[in-house]
Amino acid sequence: MSILQELKRGIFAENPTFRLMLGMCPTLAVTTLAVNGVGMGLATTAVLLGSNLVVSALKNVIPNQVRIPSFIVIIATFVTVVSLLMEAFAYSLYEALGIFLPLIVVNCIILGRAEAYASKHSLGKSALDALGIGLGFTLSLTVLGAIREFLGAGTVFGLQVLSESADMATIFSLPPGAFITLGLMMALINGLTARRGKRSVARRNPAVAKREG
Amino acid sequence: MELFMIFFGAIFFNNFVLNRFLGICPFLGVSKRIETSVGMGMAVAFVMTLASVMTWLLQGLLLNPLGLGYLQTIVFILVIAALVQFVEMFMQKVSPTLHKALGVYLPLITTNCAILGIAILNIDYKYNLVETIVHSLGAAIGFTLALVMLAGIREKLEINDVPDAFAGVPIALITAGILALAFSGFVL
Repeated sequence: MSILQELKRGIFAENPTFRLMLGMCPTLAVTTLAVNGVGMGLATTAVLLGSNLVVSALKNVIPNQVRIPSFIVIIATFVTVVSLLMEAFAYSLYEALGIFLPLIVVNCIILGRAEAYASKHSLGKSALDALGIGLGFTLSLTVLGAIREFLGAGTVFGLQVLSESADMATIFSLPPGAFITLGLMMALINGLTARRGKRSVARRNPAVAKREG
Repeated sequence: MELFMIFFGAIFFNNFVLNRFLGICPFLGVSKRIETSVGMGMAVAFVMTLASVMTWLLQGLLLNPLGLGYLQTIVFILVIAALVQFVEMFMQKVSPTLHKALGVYLPLITTNCAILGIAILNIDYKYNLVETIVHSLGAAIGFTLALVMLAGIREKLEINDVPDAFAGVPIALITAGILALAFSGFVL
């Protein structure tokens, strides 16, 4: 599989948020602003890259029975490194992400990739997989953050889009708005995928499509 | 009074699921039936309280005196994983009925971010041991409450005609959003 295809798989076909529905807690919690979405996405990608590389490198060393605890320790180590780095170099983001930074440890995406992919594939492939899945996660968080920021505060990435006097739907910056926005986006993506699937069936086999109709 | 506020705050104003977004995976995953959601809630309540006490003691007696605060994440997650394993073995030995009822949910709890979340929050808020216990009990009750409410609604939703694109998780998320809206009314 080419590099581009590998990356595309993580962003579209196996998008962690909209397809696999993993890592929901940070997705809902930090996306009040687009910037926070980017920060959380990149932090998770960094941890994922580190853990995938180490797990892949050690795949023949770690005994099968204790692999899950070993993976968790590897992941927790990278989470600690990333959160210390963020505290030192991006303090405002560190404050904004708060408790969800240490909670990257229990993000199912990372343990899932270690178990399902990195422990069975080569170093290079695992790194690409981490980048693809991480970018997919970052992209989803950024889009969700941008939509909520726009609807809730009239800004996108801190830039004023609507006039300051406009009445904004503040609810989208609050917890209920997170659930509702994500639910609507998922339904939109489901709807689009279903329609696209139907069309590609129609192209390949018009008779079947007509019958199902 | 202080304890009262912490307890009810954790159940209503700062509901763990609907307001703090901790434990969303089991919230969406095991909320299809009321029975299973009650089971999950009990298992979480049990582990949450035990884990909070353990991690609080570790932080106070080991990490802080030795200046190892940066190891918090690693130590806590290991303690929680070990604790869950231990609780499972203990239950199997002492009360097979309880183990049968809660057993399937226990392995899932290790990666439930509500558990690690409350352990870290207790330290962040500088709670003492009693406050820690009260806070985790409240949080667990809040978690169970939200889970059972969503399960009740989803059981009804199943016999309704939901548009294809919304079936499953999307409609559950929107339902949760409306629940969260109701819970945010407690602030006033």
